[in-house]
Amino acid sequence: MTLNDVKGILDAEILVGEDQLGKEVKTAFSADLMSDVLAFAKPESLLLTGLTNPQVVRTADILDISAIIMVRGKRPSEETMKLAEQLKIPILSTKYILFETSGRLHRSGIVGCIEKVGSD
Amino acid sequence: MRCEKSFSVEGGNFAAAGNVSSAIKGILKEIGLPKDTVRRAAIVCYESEINIVSYAKKGQIVLQADNRSVQIEAMDEGSGIADIEQAMKEGYSTASAQVREMGFGAGMGLSNMKRYSDDFFISSEVGVGTYVKMVVVNLDLKLNPDHPQWVETYT
Repeated sequence: MTLNDVKGILDAEILVGEDQLGKEVKTAFSADLMSDVLAFAKPESLLLTGLTNPQVVRTADILDISAIIMVRGKRPSEETMKLAEQLKIPILSTKYILFETSGRLHRSGIVGCIEKVGSD
Repeated sequence: MRCEKSFSVEGGNFAAAGNVSSAIKGILKEIGLPKDTVRRAAIVCYESEINIVSYAKKGQIVLQADNRSVQIEAMDEGSGIADIEQAMKEGYSTASAQVREMGFGAGMGLSNMKRYSDDFFISSEVGVGTYVKMVVVNLDLKLNPDHPQWVETYT
C-alpha cells in the first residue's frame, strides 16, 4: 500500500513529506526505544513510535526508514520537523494508540519487518 | 575511491548527536558501497556516536573506507567501562535519564555495534576513556568473484 493509504487507515495528518505520499510500504516496526529500532528494524519499513525528539528522525535516516508515524496524537518538536524536512523523511501523526495503530495497519496487510527476534 | 577522515564529537551535546554518522553515511554512499554495507556501517557509527555524547567529555570518530570495507574507530575521553563483558550484555545500562528520554540507554548499544560489524574490538579504562574499532566488509564484492571489481581488488 502507499503512504497515502496509511494516512487514510490511521486518520492521520501528514506533517512532513506531503510529496512522498505515493511511496510504497509493506512492513513496519513499533517501538519507543531507538536502540531496539536500530537492532531490529529493516529498511523501507514504517516506524511507529511515541517518541518525538530529533533522534527519531536521525535513527530513521540511518536505517533507511520510509516514514515515521507518531502515535497517541504526539507531535514532533520544531527541531524534529526541521531535521525531517532536511533529510526528507515523512512524518505522520495519528491519534490512535500504538496498539491500535499497529493493529489497523496489520489488518490492512502491513506486516512486521521481522516476526520474532533471533529469527533473521 | 578511498576516504580517510576524522570527526570530533562533543560530549553532552545531544542536539548534535548523529550529525557525524549522517555525514559518514553520505560519504559511504558516494564511494558507491552497496546499501547493506552503508547501512550496517551507519548503524555502528551512530551507536558509537551516541555513546560518546552520552558518556564522554569529548571524542573522535575516524573513518577509513574504500570499496572493500569500512573501518570506524571511535575513541573518547570519558568515564570508561569497568566491566566490558557485562556492558556487552543486552539490557545492561548505566545511562542517565536524559539519554533514556532520547530513546537510548536500553543497553543495546555495544551489542548492536557487535551485531552489525564483521570485526569488533573494544578496550577501555575507567576514568580515562574507551576505544572501539569496527570493520564492516562489502560482502557483495568479497563473496562474488564474478563482480567486475573483484580481480583488481583481491588479486
